[in-house]
Amino acid sequence: MPEILDQARTQVLENGVGLDEAGVLAVLNLPDEHLPAALQLAHEVRMRWCGPEVEVEGIVSLKTGGCPEDCHFCSQSGLFTSPVRSVWLDIRALVEAAKQTAATGATEFCIVAAVRGPDARLMKQMREGVAAIKAEVDIQVAASLGMLTQEQVDELVEMGVHRYNHNLETCRSYFPNVVTTHSWEERWETLKMVRESGMEVCCGGILGLGESVEQRAEFAAQLAELDPHEVPLNFLNPRPGTPLGDRPVVEGKDALRAVAAFRLAMPRTILRYAGGREITLGDLGTRDGLLGGINAVIVGNYLTTLGRPATDDLKLLDDLKMPVKALSATL
Amino acid sequence: MTVTELWCDRCGEQAAAGGHEPCAAARALEPPRYCAHCRRRMKVQVVPAGWSAVCVEHGEIRG
Ligand code: SF4
Ligand SMILES: [Zn+2]
Ligand SMILES: [Zn+2]
Repeated sequence: MPEILDQARTQVLENGVGLDEAGVLAVLNLPDEHLPAALQLAHEVRMRWCGPEVEVEGIVSLKTGGCPEDCHFCSQSGLFTSPVRSVWLDIRALVEAAKQTAATGATEFCIVAAVRGPDARLMKQMREGVAAIKAEVDIQVAASLGMLTQEQVDELVEMGVHRYNHNLETCRSYFPNVVTTHSWEERWETLKMVRESGMEVCCGGILGLGESVEQRAEFAAQLAELDPHEVPLNFLNPRPGTPLGDRPVVEGKDALRAVAAFRLAMPRTILRYAGGREITLGDLGTRDGLLGGINAVIVGNYLTTLGRPATDDLKLLDDLKMPVKALSATL
Repeated sequence: MTVTELWCDRCGEQAAAGGHEPCAAARALEPPRYCAHCRRRMKVQVVPAGWSAVCVEHGEIRG
């Protein structure tokens, strides 16, 4: 057994203290033959500190495309020649999407907008949309609307948005290679305000943007310092027309190493499989991840791309005897 | 009138030019982006359980 896994068994599994950056890097550098042991340990950590439940979430894009920012992975930036056109979802369709999500047994519904931060029109749409969902659908509402002002944070709390997603996307040292229209520190500011407001903080990122293995470890350590309630882990799905459109996808084993390493860095967080898992890991990857530290999934489609049918994921959870987290458990 | 599919609905290039196998494979996990009849970029809305794509000229398709 590699030394790092022995150390993690005591430190993380028994004492609940996450690995630091050097420890995460050691896990990310484990040779293939030790990957199963790393995943097994990460799974034990998740079971011990989070339990067997899996949090199921659906997401929808309220405002798609035409974003003024230049995140190099994103097909919704208006600065690239991506084929994604700008479009708004109306309230009726938003409520319908929440209903479809609730019908899968999901407890979380996240409303996302491709913006630098909300303007008055978006906040109005949110106010009406969240109220309509709360009136008709039994589901918790989360939001992801970019960078916020303090007033907007307060408004979202007032609307009853219980969790806010704002991804740091990648580590601080690599961020300027991925985004030039705003800084990592600006994102951190929004996260601080969200944290102080009492909303749950959801913050993760994308692997495979060209960052080094060391920078992946740096990212895990920075997320651990933030200590978010939830960490969505995406793998780059290279989008036509974006600056990262020709990047190779993350190799399956590296993706799984990252799953184990991020879990060992953050034993108590909700670690969610988000976009790109189908491309990077194929059908089997979802199973491997759920047995390697993942305890939450996005079911159904993503914002501009499609996912596996929700029923496939739900059947898998059933096969693995992992109960879907119930709404009563989250309230 | 029968409208023929002249354009690849993923990359927007001429369908007859060939080489769209990767596009077809990618389409398993993506909605169409270009109208196959006129090459216009469509307004596409993805929702958790489906998608719709609208061409101003040729109307809406769903999946
Ligand atoms: S801010 Fe969000 S929507 Fe805009 S380009 Fe960046 S990732 Fe895409
Ligand atoms: Zn094509
Ligand atoms: Zn058309």
